[in-house]
Amino acid sequence: MNAISEALKEFIGLFVDDGSLAIASVVWIVIVAFGLARVPTVSAWRGPLFAVGIAVILVENVVRSARR
Amino acid sequence: MTWTHVGPALIASFLASMVEFVEALTIVLAVGTIRGWKSALYGTFAGVALLVLMVAIFGPALNRVPLHDLQLVIGILLLLFGIRWLRKAVLRAGGKISLHDEAAAYEKTRVKLGGVAHGSSSLDGVAVITAFKAVVLEGLEVVFIVIATGANGMLIPASAGALAAGIVVITLGIAIHKPLTRIPENTLKYAVGVILTAFGTFWIGEGSGMVWPGRDESLLGLAALFLVASLIGVSITRGSTKVSATETEAAG
Repeated sequence: MNAISEALKEFIGLFVDDGSLAIASVVWIVIVAFGLARVPTVSAWRGPLFAVGIAVILVENVVRSARR
Repeated sequence: MTWTHVGPALIASFLASMVEFVEALTIVLAVGTIRGWKSALYGTFAGVALLVLMVAIFGPALNRVPLHDLQLVIGILLLLFGIRWLRKAVLRAGGKISLHDEAAAYEKTRVKLGGVAHGSSSLDGVAVITAFKAVVLEGLEVVFIVIATGANGMLIPASAGALAAGIVVITLGIAIHKPLTRIPENTLKYAVGVILTAFGTFWIGEGSGMVWPGRDESLLGLAALFLVASLIGVSITRGSTKVSATETEAAG
């Protein structure tokens, strides 16, 4: 049981290091990939908007981590 | 199939897999040197066998998943995987956290295994498990990288990239019998973080019906965007690291 939970922890650790970075990324994915898909005027810009948002999330997280 | 189609998957898979192979090699080398090569190789082969079995079982199942759903799921996982690497690489380049050092990783494993080399010819359970775990963990990352970078019908170039990285690292490991400290692993990890984040973002877009200007060529633009963003992050991190060092000096 211990080995399984350790393996699971290691597996999750592959994708999540800083929880706030992972949560912010997933929330942004949900907003742009699913939410904005229903807004016709924004639809064509979803790709670039999504990418810029991810870049902003990265920089914000790094700045916050650097100040800790 | 042109180089512009094959190249990104092949290069991304080669570079990312090389980092994973180097990390696995360091641990297997430490196990082999300290506890004997029989245990190290048993652990390694058992790890490879488990990975092959997992690919054989789960690989064909991937073909049954609709392409857009697969791209979306793989994209989300790849973005989380890549951005995690990129964040760490930026903090390392900015001096906030220490650089990854294969010599230190080798030393840590050596100490964990008991320190003194005795090169036993009999099987040693702890040594077998240590090598097995390293191969399975790093190998899983390689499998994921191949699937993720090859998710658009590029599995063969992605596999070729990973295979080439494995051959390079194993050949170097056999030739020099030491951790590969001369491979610029931190720079490689930085580059791989940028590339995987770009791939992840691209797949999420493809899987959820976003329009990318320039289609496949937009991958280059995405990589450039994340490179610029990460360089801004490095510059800010360096600034705040200097400030806190000055404050510490003043307080001391």
